[in-house]
Amino acid sequence: MAWDRNQMAARAAQELQDGWYVNLGIGIPTLVSNYIPEGITVTLQSENGMLGMGPFPFEGEEDADLINAGKQTITELPQTAYFDSATSFAMIRGGKIAMAILGAMEVAENGDLANWMIPGKLVKGMGGAMDLVAGVGRVVVVMDHTSKHGESKVLKACTLPLTGRAVVDRIITNLGVLDVVEGGLKLVELADGVTEAELRAATEATIVN
Amino acid sequence: MKKVYASAEAALEGVLFDGMTMAAGGFGLCGIPELLIAAIKEAGTKDITIASNNCGVDDFGLGVLLKTRQIKKMISSYVGENAEFMRQYLSGELELEFNPQGTLAERMRAGGAGIPGFYTKTGVGTVIADGKDVKQFNGQDYILETGLVMDLAIVKAWKADESGNLVFRKTARNFNVPAATCGKICVAEVEEIVPLGSLDPDTIHLPGIYVHRIVQGQHEKRIEQRTVRKREDV
Repeated sequence: MAWDRNQMAARAAQELQDGWYVNLGIGIPTLVSNYIPEGITVTLQSENGMLGMGPFPFEGEEDADLINAGKQTITELPQTAYFDSATSFAMIRGGKIAMAILGAMEVAENGDLANWMIPGKLVKGMGGAMDLVAGVGRVVVVMDHTSKHGESKVLKACTLPLTGRAVVDRIITNLGVLDVVEGGLKLVELADGVTEAELRAATEATIVN
Repeated sequence: MKKVYASAEAALEGVLFDGMTMAAGGFGLCGIPELLIAAIKEAGTKDITIASNNCGVDDFGLGVLLKTRQIKKMISSYVGENAEFMRQYLSGELELEFNPQGTLAERMRAGGAGIPGFYTKTGVGTVIADGKDVKQFNGQDYILETGLVMDLAIVKAWKADESGNLVFRKTARNFNVPAATCGKICVAEVEEIVPLGSLDPDTIHLPGIYVHRIVQGQHEKRIEQRTVRKREDV
């Protein structure tokens, strides 16, 4: 037993606080918007130039002028504001976005993050990921704990080119929740049905008490 | 001086030359200057360096200038949607300079605002910092990035008045504003040109001082990823 994609997204949604402006990455982080806890207001930023991102449009109501950073058609909300790309990254770089929830290929025990390129493979680009991890208040990574081949993605040091140096605050995986602290990672929570021994066995990084 | 031109071709007359640099607005296929791109293809201008967040898809947007081998170099943050791009890049025919998206937007904004360089935390400790000046402020590392000034900016807006004041629509504003400001000459294509006085001066997104030529036309406005929800999901 472990968390599936939706359970990981639901756990990540527990990180949200009332009044926060938040940026969600592509993949599992996008699912977080389905689990925003009752009674709190969170405004989603899309870095292509929008605050207050709404759900996908109804069929037939798609608007080519209204997309998210994943280039998907979306809708606006009553509180929506639009702006240009320089303004969008000014609010990211300026620390106005409280938190980013992002996917990752690798995370290291010092908070290094790699999520944009695999040498020798197709390189598509970093998009806004480097700006986000350098600028937002808190970076939460949501990813599978191990690769398809069973190798740990929670490492002593990243092997892939970095997106940011010492930028990750919290890691949420299918096996549990870990915080980046002095000297390594601290176990915060285990996923349903996962033992500490199982999580430790799947983790290359140092886990401190 | 009249800023309104009859066609994209006419609006670009005299400003294109081989080896030139350009900034292009748009994010993905949203808000791209599709008519001006088509006119540049027809003009056959070669060895162009283009700063644009993306490079279109194989048969639309800046992708059409790849197919005709008119682009020498791209300065972009994400180029994943284009097979011809990858083919030319991997075979060494096309140069590519990756810029983080916010760094690219700020390089355009800075260039247009007369700021030759700025320090940013984005990319510190990554390959993006290689060869760049690192400076500490309040105990933290920042890297020096330069402002971009390009020979030409091509942008797309929703409405213009005859003096070149521009209004954008929803997320189609994106890179169009910073791109427009960093061009020595800016040509804007719009869906509608309205008479002077019909745009509310308080709602102008880009003042006409940045916009030298405008052209009105029909836009395809292609959707890259059509995502919808069913009504019964609500």
